[in-house]
Amino acid sequence: MNDSRGSAPEARKIKIRLENLSKRFPGQGQDAVDSLSMEIPEGEIVILVGPSGCGKTTTMKLINRIIEPTSGRIFLDDEDVTQVNPDLLRRRIGYVIQQIGLFPHVTIADNIATVPKMLGWKKDRITARVDELLETVGMDPGNYRDRYPKELSGGQRQRVGVARAMSADPDVMLMDEPFGAIDPITRDRLQNEFLRLQEQIKKTIIFVTHDIDEAIKMGDRIAILREQSHIAQFDTPERILVNPADDFVADFIGRGASLKRLSLSRVRDVELHQWPTTHDGASHDEVRRLLEASDMTAVLVLDSQRRPLKWVNADHLERAGAGAALADIGLPAEAVVQPNATLSDTLNEMLTARYSTAIVVDSSNAYQGIVDIDTINETVRSMRHAEQARLRRDEHEEEVRS
Amino acid sequence: MTTTAESDETVTTLAAYGAPTPPPRGGGRSLWGYLFMPLLLLSILVVLYFYVQGRELSSGEANRLNSEAILSATWEQIELTVVSTALVLAIAIPMGILLTRPFARSITPPAIAVFNIGQAIPSIGLIVLLAVVWDIGFQPMVVALVTYTVLPVLRNTMVGLRQVDASVIEAARGMGMTKRAVLARIELPLSVPIIMAGLRTALTINVGTATLGALVGAGTLGKLIVAGIVQNKQLILVVGAILVAVLALLVDYLASIAEEKLRPRGL
Repeated sequence: MNDSRGSAPEARKIKIRLENLSKRFPGQGQDAVDSLSMEIPEGEIVILVGPSGCGKTTTMKLINRIIEPTSGRIFLDDEDVTQVNPDLLRRRIGYVIQQIGLFPHVTIADNIATVPKMLGWKKDRITARVDELLETVGMDPGNYRDRYPKELSGGQRQRVGVARAMSADPDVMLMDEPFGAIDPITRDRLQNEFLRLQEQIKKTIIFVTHDIDEAIKMGDRIAILREQSHIAQFDTPERILVNPADDFVADFIGRGASLKRLSLSRVRDVELHQWPTTHDGASHDEVRRLLEASDMTAVLVLDSQRRPLKWVNADHLERAGAGAALADIGLPAEAVVQPNATLSDTLNEMLTARYSTAIVVDSSNAYQGIVDIDTINETVRSMRHAEQARLRRDEHEEEVRS
Repeated sequence: MTTTAESDETVTTLAAYGAPTPPPRGGGRSLWGYLFMPLLLLSILVVLYFYVQGRELSSGEANRLNSEAILSATWEQIELTVVSTALVLAIAIPMGILLTRPFARSITPPAIAVFNIGQAIPSIGLIVLLAVVWDIGFQPMVVALVTYTVLPVLRNTMVGLRQVDASVIEAARGMGMTKRAVLARIELPLSVPIIMAGLRTALTINVGTATLGALVGAGTLGKLIVAGIVQNKQLILVVGAILVAVLALLVDYLASIAEEKLRPRGL
């Protein structure tokens, strides 16, 4: 399984510590955030999630003091930053908001260079950094460097927003519903890209969302907040799904917790099955032999770089007649996923695909294997058993101690 | 920071100041688009020149319609326009910045009301009033013009600053830009199109209204019009009127180019 999940919190250094943090807005009868204490481990994505009005965004903005706390303390790397110059503090913390807030009157490069310029970096260093970041978020620097924000699509703007937040390589990033205003398909892709990126950069990220599914997918740890930013449960996604602390958390997670658990496992965590494959130059007779030798009704045709091309079955061969190239007949190989796709995404692809299978490819799109419905079933079952076993063990240990 | 409730309030209070002059849409124009107006104005002047040349001028007409008199009158008009508009900028833009800062929220409505009075008084009344209670000549005329045109520039500056997307400002502050840097590098550049639209309005009003300076001893091309009326000389009257119109159109043309060129790219 993903090794950043489920490890003991004590094992990691505490990056951000909030101590009895409170905020009362002028003219309001009660605190928007009431005496919140929380420890955020280094290198993890911590999700603040809760119903609207629970104070999650306010809580996030207290950390970089966009909203000044009424009382309490904020520690960054064990340094009390409650009183330091807020502008200098913010230059150490990346900040991404839902509306992105790119500066419309300056180029993409200048947008990304905002913080390095304030920090007085040399020109060459800034240019190199901007190009590096554009590459990192999958945008060609030559093409995009000198464009203006209005020339980009929503997804591209979001990428630039993330690049801008990372420009001065801050250890900590605050992200307020960063993928909230993007269509579901692009959002899913950006989430996956971001998770892949995080595996390399290992930032400490505080991520606000109201969407529990996004929280489960993105979070190493989730804080479920109720009104006034009171923590209902702060734990790993697995433990929250298996063992909700109270009715509020259970309600918030909603039904279908086992289905949601599929968002926790990725394709690379499961054992892939193999499907009969052939290359696109193979003869029809070879394909027929393959079909007879296996109990599958179709073979998967790969191109010279082993990228999936087509599903071909006996009917297709029959209809096409001898001599037709395999690449030109059969059905397109859809439902292709990469190893970092969640099983829930994979299941989704699978349900709409031919032969109820998802084809797994590596990062250069070369065929690795397939995932089918049995694989998913097995995974759900084994996760449930593992969690139940651990819960029983925990209970047992507690009994022993008491 | 800025909540929805606050921005709603901004919209209603701004509505009370009257609608701002909208900035023009679209980007640059073709070469012909740039040349049309100057060529038109030039041909009007050429036709006018040959028309006057072809006429037998009386001594009264010759006194008024010579290049020296016309150039000095034109210069007086330009001077009034430029000085008064520069003063308007120097007053209205800092004032607009000040009145849009959060700490000035409570004094904004009364301040706007005061500037409104300036624009509500008919310009001719204000000019005559100043002549009676103060003096005649260049200075009172400048004061009258400034009083009259501060409001459009102030209003557009405020609307320009307030229409800047709150999320852009939040992102800037969130990255550690100081308030001053946000104003100079984000808010003002993003307000330029709207401020420039207000400035163009002020310029057009000033160049036209400056003509009234003839009534209070501030010279200008208005002198020709007044002389034409007083002496009942149609020719002087018509030349004066055409020259005023040509100058006003030229100023507006130049302002429109400035508006285009100063608009930040990417907007």
